[in-house]
Amino acid sequence: MRAFASFIAGLVFGLGLVISGMTSPDKVFGFLDIAGQWDPSLAFVMGGAVMTATPIFWLARRRAKPVVSASFDTPPKTPVDRRLLGGAVLFGIGWGLSGICPGPALVSAAITPLAIGGFVIAMVVGIVFSSRVLRPLLDARQTHATLPEIAIPAE
Amino acid sequence: MFEPFILPLLGGVLIGLAAGGLYLFAGEIAGVTGIARIALVGSKRSSYTGWNTRGWAVAFIAGLLVAGLGAAVLGGPAVTAGIETVAPGLLLVAGLLVGIGTDLGNGCTSGHGVCGLSRFSPRSLAAVATFMFAAGLTVFITRHGGF
Repeated sequence: MRAFASFIAGLVFGLGLVISGMTSPDKVFGFLDIAGQWDPSLAFVMGGAVMTATPIFWLARRRAKPVVSASFDTPPKTPVDRRLLGGAVLFGIGWGLSGICPGPALVSAAITPLAIGGFVIAMVVGIVFSSRVLRPLLDARQTHATLPEIAIPAE
Repeated sequence: MFEPFILPLLGGVLIGLAAGGLYLFAGEIAGVTGIARIALVGSKRSSYTGWNTRGWAVAFIAGLLVAGLGAAVLGGPAVTAGIETVAPGLLLVAGLLVGIGTDLGNGCTSGHGVCGLSRFSPRSLAAVATFMFAAGLTVFITRHGGF
């Protein structure tokens, strides 16, 4: 049931990306190129999505548990840190270079696999490299940096 | 004059319904990068200790792909207009940056942009402002920087 709900959500999400124009790098470049022939229409995608999702999230928060699942998986409220902002900068550069973000990349993989295959494979490599190599390295450095504080005995 | 905004708005409403619906029904955040990570690696966060299985994540991605198949049949080349103008080498570099960046930053346009803003998350607001600025600056440099 949970997987079925998830499949339907993915399907509707993907149709939304196609209808809105997010799968077209031309449209995305038009939106990001403020100094050129600026096309602000894609602002309505995030606007429409946030406007629609906000009351549904509000409704969900009033429930003890989701309709077909045992618990809500809500992201932890950690502070804004360098890892978040650094990641966002790298993502922004990649999005600005290609006009493609992750959702549209996966939808387009079914439309024109040859044209976008390289991007999707590189993105998958990036996610796995970051999860398996970069994050553990950064975690280890953070733990190491806080170790002396713990080790110093109180006098 | 409002015509160019109708389809983006309609698409946005569908995206919002899907994102809100996934949380209301399955209790999960519709962030494509987070979902891809669960499907690929098995967990959303390094500290995650929940009971996540990969099944629902794979199902969500299958939904995205089926939407793409539908668009390939009905939509024509306009749906992905512009992909062919990006150099193949650049696509590889961009894909790598998008993969690493969204994983380290815990989200992309969907997870931070749609779900995070709808949940009034300060982290997501900071992330959205940062990647929008970085993307705009990148386009400015590549289009107007004399390249």
